Amino acid sequence: MRYSALTLARNALTGHRQWQPMWRDAQPQPHYDVVIVGGGGHGLATAYYLAKHHGVKRVAVLEKAWIGGGNTGRNTTIVRSNYFLPESSAFYEFSVQLYEKLSRELNYNIMFSQRGMITLAHSRHDEETLRRSFNAMSLNGVDCEWLEPDEVFERMPLYNRAGRFPVRAGLDQPRAGSARHDAVAWGYARAASDLGVDIIQNCEVTGFLGGDGHVGGVSTSRGNIGADKVCLAVAGHTSQIAAKAGLQLPITSYALQAFVSEPVKPVFDTVVLSPATGVYLSQTDKGELVIGGALDLYPSYAQRGNFHTVENVVAGMLEMFPAFSRLRLMRQWAGIVDVVRDSSPILGPSPVDNLYLNCGFGTGGFKAIPAGGWTMAHTLATGDVHPLIKPFALERFQNGALIDEAAAAGIAH
Amino acid sequence: MLLISCPFCGPRDETEFRCGGQSHIQRPGPHTAVSDADWGAYLYTRDNPKGWHFERWLHAGGCRQWFNLARSTVTHEIRAVYAMGEAAPVIGESS
Repeated sequence: MRYSALTLARNALTGHRQWQPMWRDAQPQPHYDVVIVGGGGHGLATAYYLAKHHGVKRVAVLEKAWIGGGNTGRNTTIVRSNYFLPESSAFYEFSVQLYEKLSRELNYNIMFSQRGMITLAHSRHDEETLRRSFNAMSLNGVDCEWLEPDEVFERMPLYNRAGRFPVRAGLDQPRAGSARHDAVAWGYARAASDLGVDIIQNCEVTGFLGGDGHVGGVSTSRGNIGADKVCLAVAGHTSQIAAKAGLQLPITSYALQAFVSEPVKPVFDTVVLSPATGVYLSQTDKGELVIGGALDLYPSYAQRGNFHTVENVVAGMLEMFPAFSRLRLMRQWAGIVDVVRDSSPILGPSPVDNLYLNCGFGTGGFKAIPAGGWTMAHTLATGDVHPLIKPFALERFQNGALIDEAAAAGIAH
Repeated sequence: MLLISCPFCGPRDETEFRCGGQSHIQRPGPHTAVSDADWGAYLYTRDNPKGWHFERWLHAGGCRQWFNLARSTVTHEIRAVYAMGEAAPVIGESS
């Protein structure tokens, strides 16, 4: 399926009954070279790069529900690389650069809008921390700009100038922004399907074939599927599926909420994060405000949030933008995120032979979809861990080489 | 929103409490005999069940005492409240 003004006109004239599905509805085959568990952004991107770059012919993506219906369709769609440590900076900056070319790569408009992202400082101590981030980003080769309060207010005229938390400075990453989350999933799915990848929806993985420290496939709600290699990309449910292979991981699952307001005319054209209120927000092209805050701070698999977290987030947003007090929230939801103690992902082989992990992204996996797919595909196809993700190995929880990005994540979860 | 029965103060809103994560974790020892793998597991590996979870809570906005809960991570139902140092109660399967 390709789109153009001509196909749009033709379908409009024929009552929109001629549109074709974007990807094949594949039936499970008995054996694959690589089976990817989880049809979110990371799983689909991994399948796409396996087929595109490494010529792996038989690849399947197994999804228990529908493509992009998990955290890929539940996040706040921010893409950025304003990290602190060199390891994370290199990985996430690679991802932003892939996002910059992704619409062309997939021939699918992912609506990547590089509107910048401003992190604010509200006290002298915030300012010193932010200056340190500025220096770290500069040393890591990620361009950023220091904003004085006047420049912050120029970018966001509605921002509260006389609030409880005065603005003392801002740090802008101009190339950060947001992308359309569904389009990222659908674009990768279509491109992967065109390259021969089997995308199998409504297929829940219930266990693993093999044993004695190795896996040789998966058992699913639609029968057994053999595989040379299996890659998990299931975010909040990683602990559940890994346990079926006898693997216990340093992951705790939490609910993270997000909110969308009713659409309004354009009021600000950037992404803003305030560490003091613990809230960040942006405005979509449609005009809705997309708002995010802190985790609900106890382990949960319930895809709903607590009301006091809603109150905290709304109060924080109104402290930043009092003018939004009359806006109504249209939607509120929660996704289950896989949090690890150093707030960095776990990527690469696992102690179980032929089982690979892509997990631990916690509250920020969307921005890493292209890089996660690219590097995991390289690792699965060649057997050599991609250099960018070597530091993110599971072994770091034994040897102590943690990549503690908790401070640079922005929100104090 | 949880209503948590503090064993010392009675039922209070969850905003008064802090969750301290999985309970009943034993520090391995003696220290010289603990492998890197065991020490890493002690520090970082957690149960993370989808179902009943035995966890420590602190009544931070009240009596500041620690205690244990048996809580479902799916329904958030609290089935048991018990003291620090007590063994985990036996909980039925259904939640």
